[in-house]
Amino acid sequence: MRQTKGEKIFEVFNVIIMCLLALVTLYPMINVLAVSLSRNDYVVRGEVTFYPIGFTLKAYNYLFKFSTILDGYRNTLFLVIVGTALNLFFTAMTAYALSKRDLIGRNLFLFLIVFTMMFGGGMIPNYLLVKDLHLINSLWSLILPGTISAYNLIIMKNFFQAIPRELIESSRIDGLSEMGILFRMVIPLSLPALTTIGLFYAVGHWNSFFDAIIYINNKKKWPLQLILRDILFFADTQQALTDDISTNIPLEPLKMATVIGTTLPVLVFYPFIQKYFVKGVMIGSVKG
Amino acid sequence: MGNVLIDKNSGKELHKGKYNLKRKMAKIWKDKSFYLILLPGIIYFVLFHYVPMYGATIAFKDFKVMQGILGSKWVGFKNFIELFNHPSFWPVVRNSLIISLYKVFWGFPAPIILALLLNELRKESFKRTIQTISYLPHFLSWVVIGGLAVKMLSPSTGVVNLIIKALGFKPIYFMVNPKYFRSVLVLTDIWHGIGWGSIIYLAALSGVDPQLYEAATVDGASRWRQIWSITIPSISSTIAIMLILRMGGIMNAGFEQIFVMYSPNVYDVADIIDTFNYRLGFENAQYSLATAIGLFKSVIGFTLILITNKLSKLIDEGNGIW
Repeated sequence: MRQTKGEKIFEVFNVIIMCLLALVTLYPMINVLAVSLSRNDYVVRGEVTFYPIGFTLKAYNYLFKFSTILDGYRNTLFLVIVGTALNLFFTAMTAYALSKRDLIGRNLFLFLIVFTMMFGGGMIPNYLLVKDLHLINSLWSLILPGTISAYNLIIMKNFFQAIPRELIESSRIDGLSEMGILFRMVIPLSLPALTTIGLFYAVGHWNSFFDAIIYINNKKKWPLQLILRDILFFADTQQALTDDISTNIPLEPLKMATVIGTTLPVLVFYPFIQKYFVKGVMIGSVKG
Repeated sequence: MGNVLIDKNSGKELHKGKYNLKRKMAKIWKDKSFYLILLPGIIYFVLFHYVPMYGATIAFKDFKVMQGILGSKWVGFKNFIELFNHPSFWPVVRNSLIISLYKVFWGFPAPIILALLLNELRKESFKRTIQTISYLPHFLSWVVIGGLAVKMLSPSTGVVNLIIKALGFKPIYFMVNPKYFRSVLVLTDIWHGIGWGSIIYLAALSGVDPQLYEAATVDGASRWRQIWSITIPSISSTIAIMLILRMGGIMNAGFEQIFVMYSPNVYDVADIIDTFNYRLGFENAQYSLATAIGLFKSVIGFTLILITNKLSKLIDEGNGIW
């Protein structure tokens, strides 16, 4: 194809802009990784940029001696595994019942569910409910209030509706119960959608921190993100103001090692699961 | 009940789709296993969504922990009057709207521009690599992003200030300076969302008929002309709908982000409705007042969503590209 000069210049600029975007996106992560592996004196002097200087694993040694960090991993893993399993189980059940188009009362139920996407009681009433249920300081307070996401529920319901009715009818004739149909027919047929939604739930559990701030006072039950916040930010603004880092623990590398320790699982899995997320956005934008 | 099952087909023929009560009950009984499957979900939504909505009535009460939600005295709009007269109330409403509007103004076009630029890339593998990288920040928590921001903007070791110093200027304390803090919020928000936000536009772009471009090329239209006359018009309804929906969430200025990144130094410019709500409730234990401001925000937010959903449906029917 014939190209004008202007088009060629644009193409070069476009590639440069895209490379700059990639740099701006990746540099913080690269820098954080480099700092976490560098000797503190180089870090403090601001010499570490793309690669570690004075390579050391000291920060990671300190990090994994903190029992709070290990507690954090345990708590977060519990939330991700148990939480996501319950999320999927109850979302799938509810979605299956609501995917039956001629169910009497279906529109009322759907309205009540969609309404919760637009209106809620707010922070304090939620807190009072969790308190009345005696869930304060329990990891269940971080799982149960978010068992079903209305948004994911609607996506899954639409997906179930797209399954050919003949398949479901034939297994009904074969004598399967509705739960049997759900688990032996509908779910196996919807695995891509379930994977996507499960990953959304899992990342949500991995990243959430605010509910733990209000529901969990006991540090031993803190999820990883909250411990990271504590290490990163406590007295941090003062630190920025006085710029005085003079403790024996290599503070900066330690902070950055915590960031890496908190983010690494997401980063490692990300390239493989990325396509599922994108698919998820597409499913979500299809109306049903 | 169990043996009044009625043949569905003949029933429909007789009554032309109109169920009488008996038929309705029979149908419900026939579908009982579906209602059983639905039950946990309904219990969940009632307990964790509708009970707190009832709990929000303490906005109209003088809530005492010992007396509970039911036992506390009704006080009408007293909490709201107190709220509207609170010295922090109008400033936090203003901050919420200003930060939100800044984010729309700078942040809304960003993914559109990215999508347009990505769409012009020739090499598919390069395009896909850039896409994969640009989605990444969406999966980081605000705690991590806050940590990255502090590191990048650090006056002593952050790359931004290293550049500023190399150019011969004094380092800037971005995270604690009210002059710069809102810009930090807007820029980190764009960093977080630009790639992910572009997906929807890329999808719209991939739906454009390639024949349009071919025809335009035959007619001698330049690449610019094609972008202006084919590409942009073909995603304009998506843009309009996304903008309208975005305006529906204008009361949300980005609670988790600000909660992680702000500090008393920047309360004047960054304290929003939700952060104020949090401090009223959990630091001052003023439950009724905090619930009142939460309800204030929810009601306005709900109204905005209703309006914007109506508007987006109008556009949707008008163009039908969505």
